[in-house]
Amino acid sequence: MKVHEYQGKELFRKHGIPTPNGIPVFSVEEALNAYDELATKTVVVKAQIHAGGRGKGGGVKLAHDRNEVEILSKEMLGMTLVTHQTGPNGKEVQRLLIESGADIAKEFYAAITLDRGKEMDVFMVSLEGGVDIEKVASETPEKIVKTWIDPMLGMSSYQARKLAFGLHLKGSAFKEACSIFMKMYECYRSTDASLVEINPLILNKDDKVIALDSKFNFDGNALFRQKEIAAMRDLSEEDPMEVEAGNYNLNYIKLDGNVGCMVNGAGLAMATMDIIKLAGGDPANFLDVGGTASAETVKNGFRIILSDENVKAVLINIFGGIVRCDRVANGAVQAVRELGLDVPVVVRLEGTNANEAQTILEDSGVSIIPAKGMKDAAEKVVSAALGS
Amino acid sequence: MSILVNKDSKVVIQGITGSEGQFHGGQMLDYGTNVVSGVTPGKGGLKTLDERVSVFNSVEEAVKNTGANTSIIFVPPPFAAEAIIEASYAGINLVVCITEGVPVQDMVKVKNVLDRNNTRLIGPNCPGIITVDECKLGIMPGFICKKGNIGVISKSGTLTYEAIDQLVNVGLGQTTAIGIGGDPIIGTTMRDCLELFESDSETEGVVMIGEIGGQMEIEAARWAKAHMSKPTVGFIAGQTAPPGRRMGHAGAIVSGGDDTADAKMRILGECGVKVAESVADIGQLMKELMN
Repeated sequence: MKVHEYQGKELFRKHGIPTPNGIPVFSVEEALNAYDELATKTVVVKAQIHAGGRGKGGGVKLAHDRNEVEILSKEMLGMTLVTHQTGPNGKEVQRLLIESGADIAKEFYAAITLDRGKEMDVFMVSLEGGVDIEKVASETPEKIVKTWIDPMLGMSSYQARKLAFGLHLKGSAFKEACSIFMKMYECYRSTDASLVEINPLILNKDDKVIALDSKFNFDGNALFRQKEIAAMRDLSEEDPMEVEAGNYNLNYIKLDGNVGCMVNGAGLAMATMDIIKLAGGDPANFLDVGGTASAETVKNGFRIILSDENVKAVLINIFGGIVRCDRVANGAVQAVRELGLDVPVVVRLEGTNANEAQTILEDSGVSIIPAKGMKDAAEKVVSAALGS
Repeated sequence: MSILVNKDSKVVIQGITGSEGQFHGGQMLDYGTNVVSGVTPGKGGLKTLDERVSVFNSVEEAVKNTGANTSIIFVPPPFAAEAIIEASYAGINLVVCITEGVPVQDMVKVKNVLDRNNTRLIGPNCPGIITVDECKLGIMPGFICKKGNIGVISKSGTLTYEAIDQLVNVGLGQTTAIGIGGDPIIGTTMRDCLELFESDSETEGVVMIGEIGGQMEIEAARWAKAHMSKPTVGFIAGQTAPPGRRMGHAGAIVSGGDDTADAKMRILGECGVKVAESVADIGQLMKELMN
């Protein structure tokens, strides 16, 4: 789960990590009030969407007086911001962060995330901030300093010192950075984050270290014990169909193709998308109906898949283990009858009670195309999508 | 022979009185698994699953009274990590955690405890492990398997079944099939499983099914190149997955570098693993290699 920059900064402040003063706003009027309240001449108007690259897309601008705040916030609120992370359709800007400007002397990068290979969290800082970290990692890896954190001990102060030395900091700025790194780890750990990133972390002209940006990812599996974080979720940032699918306990991801698919199990669902592509088609979605596919789940799955108007044919691919194929077949027949589907449906059922399922489909009288094996299923659904 | 579990494994079911524990516990007994006890704190003294299994308050008691050496966990995600740790300190050698949705931070800690106590964990978020006709320790449909000489390793449950089904259709049976789980941090890796199959006298070929995300398949393939003498077929799911999106499994996300399906398929191929481009070819390729 992701949160907005301003929410991340609230978490930073709560953990004692310095950030510029800033106020989130939803309207031009609120933006002007925020400007008055901040009482600094220059402010930054920052579009709040869950995607990086906002600056390049025109979502981060300086305002030098009240009038410019008005112009910029009018311009940004409601605009569609397209960045390299939003996809071509962009995201509508509904919230802004009005923030006091900072006098930047140096820009750094700091982040904590899980190192899957080492099975430990890794803390990394870079001398080069405000730019793409992947670029720094590939071109000038010597500018990046890393330290791995023992999960049983937590972060040690020598590790914070190593990072601060790596940024060539001295005197009070060195001490501040050490303290910020310790707090950053505490913030990461106590919120069950899977990523916390400050880019840039700056040294200002008064020699103070400040988090100028914030980016968080949280472990969705830990939200049950992170009520405060869960409450920060902004559903308007997510695909409405994916949100609806989540309400039915279905795992759905929309893609750009025209062959809808409904599968049990994440691995088989991915493999189904892949084999549709190999058969010359394009998958319209990833949909894992989970381990308990019932008639109701199948019906809801159809609703979600068919709300995407690109879909020209649907493939149901179920390998019944615990899931009983006859139940899925009944669900498919019921859904086709009730929803009055006008796209062809190909069904491949294997495993528990597959033969009974086949009989149900054949006897139902509804137009379902049965398939045997994944290759046959993929070829049938792709040709059905082309034909309809 | 087979790997990890067999008819002599003495199994304790953690969370035996819950709905999952009840259903799958019954299925495991019906398959012939040697279930010797169950654990649900507060329900010690009870007899469950048609009076066939005694319930204890702790894994320690279950071990002391029934000699359990293998555990399977069906407890909800908030309590799963503790259940693994409890089993580990009670001296269980092999723990299988079926639970999906265990927080990553919990697993990072669990791994430390496992290393200290020399406990092997399979999962979490996995279908478990089955040694055909001897021991089913998980939620897979046992009836699709056939006794034979192929080992199966997979990150995904239903893809394991798909592979087993294809193998049976081309006339190949299995020794042991292991679903290692789709989470970012898991107990037993693909490489661990390859090593076990390589040294198992009964296993003559291996199917290895991976997916996007992480480096586990590559690590396994590099090991295979140096040490594996048995023919291995590989498949990687997620060739069409968009970058940055989590595809169902918590660990199935492309985050740059060599964790895409294309990169993994290429490296597997370079390491001498026969790569199935299409999921539908897994069984056929294995058959060709075995001839």
